[in-house]
Amino acid sequence: MSAGLMDWAGLMWMLMRALMQALVGWSDALLVALLVLPVLAMLLGFALGGRAAERIALWTLPLGLAVALAIGALVLHQGMPLEYAMGGWAPPLGVALRVDGLSAALLLTTALVITGVGLYARADFATPSGVAETRASLAFWTLLLGLWAALNAVFIGRDLFNLYVAIELLTFTAVPLVCLKGSPENLQAALRYLLFALLGSVLYLLGVALLYGAYGTLDIAQLAAAVRGSAEPAALVAVVLMTAGLLAKTALVPLHLWLPPAHAGAPAAASAVLSALVVKGSFYLIFKLWLDLLPPQYGQQIAQGLGALGALAILFGGVLAIRQTRLKMLIAYSTLAQLGYLFLVFPLVLSPVTLLAATGEGTPPAWTGGVLQLVSHAFAKASMFMGAGLIAIAMGHDRIGELGGLVRVLPVTLTAFALAGLSLMGLPPSGGFAAKWLLLRAGLETGQWWWMLVILGGGVLTGTYLYRVLAVAGFSGGESAPRPLQPVARSRELIVLGLALVSLLLGLLPLSSFEVLKIGREGDETAAVEALTQPAITGAVWP
Amino acid sequence: MSQITLYGLLGSALVGLGLYGLIVSADALRKLLAFNLLGSGVFLLFGVIARRGAGAGFSGDPIPQALVITGLVVAFAATALAVGLLVRLGETAGLEDVDDAPASPRSAAPEDAPGSAGGPQ
Repeated sequence: MSAGLMDWAGLMWMLMRALMQALVGWSDALLVALLVLPVLAMLLGFALGGRAAERIALWTLPLGLAVALAIGALVLHQGMPLEYAMGGWAPPLGVALRVDGLSAALLLTTALVITGVGLYARADFATPSGVAETRASLAFWTLLLGLWAALNAVFIGRDLFNLYVAIELLTFTAVPLVCLKGSPENLQAALRYLLFALLGSVLYLLGVALLYGAYGTLDIAQLAAAVRGSAEPAALVAVVLMTAGLLAKTALVPLHLWLPPAHAGAPAAASAVLSALVVKGSFYLIFKLWLDLLPPQYGQQIAQGLGALGALAILFGGVLAIRQTRLKMLIAYSTLAQLGYLFLVFPLVLSPVTLLAATGEGTPPAWTGGVLQLVSHAFAKASMFMGAGLIAIAMGHDRIGELGGLVRVLPVTLTAFALAGLSLMGLPPSGGFAAKWLLLRAGLETGQWWWMLVILGGGVLTGTYLYRVLAVAGFSGGESAPRPLQPVARSRELIVLGLALVSLLLGLLPLSSFEVLKIGREGDETAAVEALTQPAITGAVWP
Repeated sequence: MSQITLYGLLGSALVGLGLYGLIVSADALRKLLAFNLLGSGVFLLFGVIARRGAGAGFSGDPIPQALVITGLVVAFAATALAVGLLVRLGETAGLEDVDDAPASPRSAAPEDAPGSAGGPQ
């Protein structure tokens, strides 16, 4: 019996090996498919229109997920990043695509969340029978695919101008999603979002111009080497301009005004992608600019500033979330606060203590914590927004004060809401707990206790606003259970629960499994430390 | 003053004017115009960089020129999208003038109130 089992395992192992070997030859095609597949599907859907757009989008979901899975498996199998020079032209003349451990994880997160959102949205954006085409459903399905292509392009891009185009595509697909319902409030929110995003994009482009003028290349790796070699003040100015622009798109606190009305006003499925993924795209670029492009000693002063804005976002977003009366607004303000945690990564990773300690053991814990926060928030927030959509369907409103007895109407959705909430609060066991714990540990190790206070305070605020919802929805409700206005399909509740469970399960993985994320980063690490031991460069920029 | 410096300064002046307009004006259409001014300044800087980095025997480095063309297309698309939103907003809300700030009670047209009051779905 056990011999039979052994044979089974052996056979599976051989199959996996054969599959991997087959995949290795396809790595270039897979990288190209990340961009071509959603774009082709979008164009085809738009051209055929009507019901075809929905059908094509739904067929693209498993294909895109398979491509992301295959790429993740390949990176894991080979233990090194995948690279592809488009058209065979190497940078600086051509444009290169690259998937390292971090990109692979983000591509997979994107694919999973979009698949969940797509399946969830079938009920909301189906073309009704008897009608050839409705504007909202055609727009939703084509925009969802365009958004997927844009996110993939952001995560695999290596050329700053290419990334500019990707981030613009992301904005142009996200803004119409905000105003799918077309009411004046939605249009106003979309317009406001667009104006903030345009300010952001033009500042980013100005930075690109300055960097090209100073170094003659836009490839991130080549720029990093060039900046390490000769530090021009223009490099710092350019990165600060680009960061300011990207902050407007990420909605960090002084530039956050557009986010709550835009994310809360969109249809539930759209809010889920906007809050879970779109703001992360521009954050990922800030992350790359400060941690990959610039040598660490440049960033140290400014990293404290970014951390301070992040702390402000955590506290401000938390307090405002407590004061909201509508569920979707509460979730939108919670996004504002959770984005703040991501910016605590900069002072923690760029602290001299971390950089010197990281010589031997790869990525610092704060780096891993930041990535984990990004991924677990993506799953948790997608689940929460879609859950809020179901609540609004069943109850006919989303006023928090009147959600009494919800636990009897939508028990599964409310459970999912609570589980996703665990991750946002940072309670174990959840991805959010592991992330916040790693950030806390980094705060302790680098002696920056003030960030630890912020993280703990943010957790208390998060707990408070989530308790407000759960206390009303879970416990009060009187004797007569409210009847749902409209029935909610169980399958949609299960999608919401599934996404919440993923954000929870991330916390059950052993920490060593996150070593995968650092595939393709070893070279940068040693280079960063070398740069730190050469203080001569600093004098040129900070006299 | 060389040609490159002159155009560089002009580009910077346009960037400054555009940024000022984008931050200070409340009117959405003015903001959009300011964005275009700011964009023109950035494109001019790309031109300056192309000229400054020209190889021997060439009038300019072709890469920034190629970037400007792409940038123009993106800025054009962005402007078209924003104008589309503005027009639509003006139609649905019955507004003469559109601020990007939340609509004040004065500007909310009464005839749209029943249809548009539906909050989040």
